[in-house]
Amino acid sequence: MAPDQVRKLLVLLKIEKRPEPSRSMIYATPVLALLLTILTGIALFTFLGVDPLEALKNFFIVPINNPYGFTELLVKATPLVLCAIGLSVGFRANVWNIGAEGQLTMGAIVGGGVFIYLHDVDSVFLLPLMVIFGIIGGALWAAIPAFLKTRFNANEILTSLMLVYVAILVLSLLVHGPWRDPDGFNFPESRTFSESATMPILWEGTRLHFGSIIALLVVFGTWIMLSKTLIGFQIKVIGAAPKAGSYAGFSQKKIVWFCLLFGGAMAGLAGVAEVSGPVGQLLPSISPGYGFTAIIVAFLGRLHPIGIVFAGLLMALTYLGGETAQINLGLPVAVTGVFQGMVLFYLLACDVLVNYRFRFAQFGKAAS
Amino acid sequence: MEMGEAATPRLELRGITKAYPGVLANDNIDLKILPGEIHALLGENGAGKSTLVKIIYGVLRADSGSMHWNGQPLEIANPHAARKTGIGMIFQHFSLFEAMTVTENIALGMPGRQNMAELARRITEISENYGLPLQPDRQVHTLSVGEKQRIEIVRCLLQNPKLLIMDEPTSVLTPQEADKMFETLRRLADEGVSILYISHKLDEIKNLCHKATILRGGKYISECDPTVETAKSLAEMMIGTNLTAPKHLDGETKGPVRLKVRNMSLDSTDQFGIDLNLVNFEVRRGEILGIAGVAGNGQVELLEALSGEALLENANEILLEEQPIGKLGPNERRKLGMAFVPEDRLGHGSVPDMSLVDNAFLSAYGQKKLLKNGLIESRKTTNFAEEIVSKFDVRTAGVSHTAGSLSGGNLQKFIVGREMLQDPGLIIIAHPTWGVDAGAAASIHQAMIDLAEKGAAVLVVSQDLDELFAISNRIAVIAEGRLSVSRGINEITIEEIGLLMGGTHGAGSGKETASVA
Repeated sequence: MAPDQVRKLLVLLKIEKRPEPSRSMIYATPVLALLLTILTGIALFTFLGVDPLEALKNFFIVPINNPYGFTELLVKATPLVLCAIGLSVGFRANVWNIGAEGQLTMGAIVGGGVFIYLHDVDSVFLLPLMVIFGIIGGALWAAIPAFLKTRFNANEILTSLMLVYVAILVLSLLVHGPWRDPDGFNFPESRTFSESATMPILWEGTRLHFGSIIALLVVFGTWIMLSKTLIGFQIKVIGAAPKAGSYAGFSQKKIVWFCLLFGGAMAGLAGVAEVSGPVGQLLPSISPGYGFTAIIVAFLGRLHPIGIVFAGLLMALTYLGGETAQINLGLPVAVTGVFQGMVLFYLLACDVLVNYRFRFAQFGKAAS
Repeated sequence: MEMGEAATPRLELRGITKAYPGVLANDNIDLKILPGEIHALLGENGAGKSTLVKIIYGVLRADSGSMHWNGQPLEIANPHAARKTGIGMIFQHFSLFEAMTVTENIALGMPGRQNMAELARRITEISENYGLPLQPDRQVHTLSVGEKQRIEIVRCLLQNPKLLIMDEPTSVLTPQEADKMFETLRRLADEGVSILYISHKLDEIKNLCHKATILRGGKYISECDPTVETAKSLAEMMIGTNLTAPKHLDGETKGPVRLKVRNMSLDSTDQFGIDLNLVNFEVRRGEILGIAGVAGNGQVELLEALSGEALLENANEILLEEQPIGKLGPNERRKLGMAFVPEDRLGHGSVPDMSLVDNAFLSAYGQKKLLKNGLIESRKTTNFAEEIVSKFDVRTAGVSHTAGSLSGGNLQKFIVGREMLQDPGLIIIAHPTWGVDAGAAASIHQAMIDLAEKGAAVLVVSQDLDELFAISNRIAVIAEGRLSVSRGINEITIEEIGLLMGGTHGAGSGKETASVA
């Protein structure tokens, strides 16, 4: 098409608001975003001089074409889903907690700290105690932005994000100092967790652990909470129409507290499940950015618990695919981040279709 | 008026049809407006008035049908083209920047760069010529609603329109301001400007308009001469059935006091809000108290204080059955038998993106016991939503549709129904029929009167004086955050209320100000 024709087409292209948000588009846009991501991926791989089909195969199929690879997918999806579930509840109420990475880290510190101080205890209650403390640790870390928001109206996006770096530095301080393994040749890492401080393995020979079961229970519980309970209803109303919320007597502050504490608790749970599961000890870095990727998972999953499970699996695949592509094709590991970013970017762009539709104005009638 | 001779119509529409998915908004509509004619467009909400007007103004495009301008075929691609043709439109909701001056606001709506001094001079000239006093350098937020509307009118007149479209222009004016605006419109008509006037106030149309085109359900019903019709016959043509005026209450039935407000003061949290200043009134069982006033005189603050969305320093300033409630939140007040219909239907009284079922739950879950063991009872909530829909004749394709998909009148019926079916002892209703068609308005009025007869106390805040006179037992006027003493409707006239509404606001411009106790 000649440029002139294209311009004419663009002039005739009209964006108009739909009378009601389109249900089908809510589910179609994630698929559309994924397709656009793959198309851009093909262009990107071609540009890098890699056979795009080979690259995509390495990225999306090779990692999970064997049972072990599949369990690894579940292992990686578990913290993503847990964090994303917590965040999604807040996002529904317009509470923009983006500090899940820090809350995850704090959950790992507080939950893992239980083991550090009770490392010689051999009891079935040790792990549950660590999990509970991990949850509390994450929630308390999220309580800081909640307090600042409700007391001083400080923007939770900034406060929760900045606290991520504080939490990571606290962890680093601890594993370099007081919590360093006395038998660890001065490496910055804690003792390796004992049997009773470790998540039970679900499938011998893999790293699939009990945390995945907990994540599924959380998904189910959150689904019930959002669809059937008063607090879930309040979250949705405050998010969709704050004035209608105050008309109905729902307290905005209470919802801010609830959303941040819940999000923090779930991220803390993810953190303690990581260190007592696949990681097995406290290290300076315990997460490849699960807490941040969870933001993408939450949106890609349409802030719906079931959607988040699928989105979590997909995002977990980008981690695995990035590794495989690095090993087999020598691509930089940044490919993972690029893919994750593209998915979110295209999703946000495509979401305009939920509330708006494009129409071509009729030819011939375009007067003046 | 140069009517009578067979003049070429300024604008003629033939067979205009416009379909939205699932609805035929305009079905083969004809309309003819002569030069210098004030032509009313009458119809219920959802009758297709807005769609038709948007087609004329180039916001929408008709699926079929044709438009003719002075006998020539007319194609209008967008509002800009409409203005160039000579069509001006004054919208119901103003699009003004509060923190800018009158001139700056007008300059923003005009193409290209403006010489501000020259523009200010022309604004003054036009406003003097047409009796629309305006000071070009005033900041918009310091102006009354009537003055803001004048900005919009002047903005249109600067473009020398041949056809002026006005969408419910008097809904925000005092009677005196409205009368002034009518003078301006008659002047314009005498000069040959055609005016397409949309309103649901029938008396107004009878006074002002030469012709009326009536739409119903997207169809052209008839063209008539409103000066020879009665308000009742016009309304009946609009809704297609016979209309019964609300049965008025006997002014003497007075029960014990249910709500008492004593020296209530409240500082507004909004920068441009109005502080409430020593408000006193009481509402008795079985009576309807109307509060009149021009928008922006403290109604929002009064309603927030009464609903519990804003809490008072001193709980004793509001007494419900002798119990101080000034510090209780909305939920506690509902438990004591209060119900509320807020001014803003979308986003305040309802959540636009949620279903009617969810919106039924919103304020009724406590009174209707829709929670069991902490879980929402979906079946019971759906039944309640369906009960509202059937008892209050809400037209919707189903209760699973969103509140935002309903027309204004139907959503209002839904919200009023939701509140009334909770059997409140006291109901506070803001602008019950604002933008609502005559049929829905009549049924809402009747429901309010029935509720009062059953012994409830009813408080209505409205700008529509005809409405307040039709249903209230007593009327008080709010102006500048102060409330006048209430008077029985037989003891007070529209003119007196108009003066009280002007208050110290100067909205009537040049009118003496009435002091408010």
